[in-house]
Amino acid sequence: MKKKAGLFKSIDWITVFIYLVLLGMGWMSVCGATYDFDQAGNFLDFSTRSGMQIIWIASSLLLGGIILSTDDRLFESLSYLIYLGFLVVLAATPYMAHDIKGSLSWIKVGSFSVQPAEFAKFGTALCIAKVIESYGFHRLTHWRDYIICLLIFLPMGLIVLQRETGSALVYLSFFLMLYREGLPGCLLFAGLSAIAYFVVGARFAEIPLWELAPVNLGRFLVFLMIQIFTVGMLWVYIKPRKVAWRVFLYSIGLTLLALMVSRYVIPFDITWIQLAICVCSIFYLLYLALHERLLAYFYIALFTFGSLTIHFSADYVMNNVLQNHQRERIQVLLGLTDDPKNKGYNVNQAKIAIGSGGLKGKGFLNGTQTKLKYVPEQDTDFIFCTVGEEEGFIGCSIVLSLFLFLILRLIHLAERQPYAFGRVYGYCVMSVFLFHVFINVGMVLGLTPVIGIPLPFFSYGGSSLWGFTILLFIFLRIDAARGKAQS
Amino acid sequence: MEGNYELEKRKYVLGGVAFLIIIVYLLRLFSLQMLSEDYKHNADSNALLERIQFPARGAITDRNGKLMVYNQPAYDIMVVMNEQVGVDTADICASLGITVERYQRRMKEIKDKTRNPGYSPYTQQLFMNQLSAEEFSRFQEKLFRFPGFYIQKRSIRQYQYPYAAHILGDVGEVGPSDIKADEYYRSGDYIGKLGVERSYETLLRGEKGYEILLRDAHGRIKGRYQGGKYDKMPIPGKNLKLSIDLDLQALGERLMEGKLGSIVAIEPSTGEVLCMVSSPTYDPRLMVGRQRGDNSLLLGRDPNKPLLNRAIMGQYPPGSTFKTSQALTFLQEGIITPSTSYPCSHGFHYGSLTVGCHGHGSPLPLIPAIATSCNGYFCWGLYHMLGNRKKYETVQDAMTTWKDYMVSMGFGYKLGVDLPSEARGMIPNAQYYDKRYGNSWNGLTIISISIGQGEVNLTPLQIANLGATIANRGFYIVPHIVKEIQDQELDSIYRTRRNTMVKPENYELVARGMRQAVLGGTCRAANNGWYEVCGKTGTAQNPHGKDHSVFMGFAPMENPQIAICVYVENGGWGATYGVPIGALMMEQFIRGHLSPESEARAQQMASSHLIAYEGIKKPQNEIEEEMHNPLIP
Repeated sequence: MKKKAGLFKSIDWITVFIYLVLLGMGWMSVCGATYDFDQAGNFLDFSTRSGMQIIWIASSLLLGGIILSTDDRLFESLSYLIYLGFLVVLAATPYMAHDIKGSLSWIKVGSFSVQPAEFAKFGTALCIAKVIESYGFHRLTHWRDYIICLLIFLPMGLIVLQRETGSALVYLSFFLMLYREGLPGCLLFAGLSAIAYFVVGARFAEIPLWELAPVNLGRFLVFLMIQIFTVGMLWVYIKPRKVAWRVFLYSIGLTLLALMVSRYVIPFDITWIQLAICVCSIFYLLYLALHERLLAYFYIALFTFGSLTIHFSADYVMNNVLQNHQRERIQVLLGLTDDPKNKGYNVNQAKIAIGSGGLKGKGFLNGTQTKLKYVPEQDTDFIFCTVGEEEGFIGCSIVLSLFLFLILRLIHLAERQPYAFGRVYGYCVMSVFLFHVFINVGMVLGLTPVIGIPLPFFSYGGSSLWGFTILLFIFLRIDAARGKAQS
Repeated sequence: MEGNYELEKRKYVLGGVAFLIIIVYLLRLFSLQMLSEDYKHNADSNALLERIQFPARGAITDRNGKLMVYNQPAYDIMVVMNEQVGVDTADICASLGITVERYQRRMKEIKDKTRNPGYSPYTQQLFMNQLSAEEFSRFQEKLFRFPGFYIQKRSIRQYQYPYAAHILGDVGEVGPSDIKADEYYRSGDYIGKLGVERSYETLLRGEKGYEILLRDAHGRIKGRYQGGKYDKMPIPGKNLKLSIDLDLQALGERLMEGKLGSIVAIEPSTGEVLCMVSSPTYDPRLMVGRQRGDNSLLLGRDPNKPLLNRAIMGQYPPGSTFKTSQALTFLQEGIITPSTSYPCSHGFHYGSLTVGCHGHGSPLPLIPAIATSCNGYFCWGLYHMLGNRKKYETVQDAMTTWKDYMVSMGFGYKLGVDLPSEARGMIPNAQYYDKRYGNSWNGLTIISISIGQGEVNLTPLQIANLGATIANRGFYIVPHIVKEIQDQELDSIYRTRRNTMVKPENYELVARGMRQAVLGGTCRAANNGWYEVCGKTGTAQNPHGKDHSVFMGFAPMENPQIAICVYVENGGWGATYGVPIGALMMEQFIRGHLSPESEARAQQMASSHLIAYEGIKKPQNEIEEEMHNPLIP
């Protein structure tokens, strides 16, 4: 009895409270999104999605309770087993799945469809935490340490095979956790730069630098970014800053000169000049690396080279790697197509629905855009529209603030873990939530690519709700045991 | 653990990133939800369909309550493109009486978004409009064979009688200028185009209502917005009772057949217009339904201008009927007394100037001068008035006084009748003549205005109003067509007496002169044993041909019930057409019918044509058939 009471006390009830509030608001949103003006029925009717969501919520609460009442170190000890199990299931899924809108990620269990990818996140998180815990990494400094990246890419690859790119991308969020564990900031920066090259390059690919210029704006901007980032890295990592100044003057000065000539004398493709500048910079940095025996020059040269490579392979990726609907969604997001009735329809309608909510919203069940099916996938990926339309700016602010509070709370909880296992797992949980909120809300607002991933606790569906509940409650269980370990 | 201290600081970076993302999203939400109303409008035009509910247009009756204009159901055929698959084209074309080519062309038009911006394959689109009841019933029998085709009821104007087209006017689709002028109208709405339909448009039309419906992304209707909380019921238009006596109007139109001109009759005590005939006229039923466009084009091209309402738009020299107004002015100004006599030896002679006259005793005082319509008398009167330097300092002053009298009698400006496009006529003033004659003019220069010639022009309505003023012995009420508006008072200008500048006793003298004209003067044909008629003929010279035949009169002499003006273009002597027509009209109104002898005269009058005019009337048998089986809504 005493043990039970101790456990009860050490559970972080603040997180549980936020979880319950979000669940409640989520259910209201599902009611709003699936409400039919023609048949204003009972929300508890289990033939409707709002009724079904009640079942998912109830079962999630039960699941959370069960997880909280398990043994202290159960999940830690089962980590590898769970991870391996999920790898098997993920690998097998495409063969057992039935096709839903091109996705092979759903398998039938009884009369329900289950999406294993939603559950594999906590397995991966547990496994990474366990590995870091047992090898006692303090810093991710040695290249061998990056073996753990394999743990991330393995399930990710398997999910890509299920044609669920969105769910697969979620695994990238674990790099946030790796950053906390010592991943150098410059690597994260390099990754983000790669995304920036890709986005900018594609966004402005068809726009000329100026009218009738033989240069496209996209490539010009990407090269300019590469030049600036190179100079920036020299500025940060190499002291004294003589070299940075020199490269800056030559690189930017020559580009400006070329720009002038092209504009006022002879029009020509100045990106060739930029490319030449970049290549010269690489060789110059390599020379300095050898001459001054400073590895930093080598890394910066590598960054510049990598940047060029990424840019040139971007077109290839766009045309050969991404699937049609993903390419279109990216194009729409980047503003390449602005036909609102066509590909941009989803995002445009989402903005209309949210924008029409105003300050206070239209009130519960009074939203017209979401209910009359103007917004697609209104009860799953685009559920935030319902919040925006019915609850207005006030409601949206509350929801976003709750998510922010949850994420900050998770950081706080993770930091108070006595062992790396708890901390790493906690950061994994926080990263997953952050990524989901970032992408899901961002796509509804037209700020991030339309990647079909659910909004935690809001989107309709048992798999995702269970997945998030398990993810969160395992961490709460780990956190509840922290005191015992200290004593 | 100490090595981790620096890394622990990275929690601030991660927390900061999360914080930054949420802040950016909140700013974005703020700009979407708080800064722009566009999304709200977008959302409403997306999801809310405002379905207009049209009110019933007000009905129009004559002064005795006979229904003249009402609404009749017409039927539009609607089509839903997505549902009309597999329809037998030949069959439907046969049922509608159209060719297959026309069917296909129409279908293409409907789908063409540039011509039909509201097109959706899920909603009803107009296929064919304003089917008559017979066409509709023929089509309805087969409707079950044509899935995707629907019938929508709407109402169009129906005219019970073929009369009073100019008064009633018509209703047509609004044009771009109407929509611009009044934002009540939307494309496709109807608006009064002419006559009462136009001048009482805002009362007749009522007020549109609407229901707000929810429309889903496919354009399907999903019920009413908020249970109809924001719906508005249409307010039906007001019914109008005209002051027109339909029988009198019908007789007037019959009598004017084959002639150009106008008849206006007014009830003197109220200013109510009892009839207003303009000839040639047309059957108002020509201006309804799908044939309206063609017919209005034909009528507009007709050289006899049947669309022109001559009663208020025709500006004519009033001829001798104008002498009454001169007598009143001279009496009031003291230029003449009842016993003043002027000589007339076959006209007015002054130097080389001669205004001719017919044979009668000379010199003669006022009353016989009116009775015999002596030109000389009134020329002398005007000559003495304009030449009176004791009373008026200059001829201009005298002219201004004269003009003021004329204006007080309702001449020179629009009277303000409740019909559109009234003309103001012409009363010259001193400035006009100064400009024309360079200040060197006197009474002799402009002497012909005293006998209603020269620059003076009046509308038949103004002449009839002169008769009404004399009948009233000195006042008139602005003539009006509408007697009563449902639940509403008439405009106060139609209830207010307007006194002229002349005293009643002078009017009495003129009335006696007009009585004398009937008893032994120019209007003898109007005399009868039933009631005392007062009248004045006019034979107006005009540069375009034969003289116009004019009659102005009222009856009975005491407590007059009717004042009338008959104006027959190129009809010759006033006594030829004006007097007999005026007499028949007064008899019809006062006695309620024509005596057998009068009926014979009416037949004769109706069949004596001055012009050959067929018009584009409906065959007579069809009209009669409809009058026997009116389609009451």
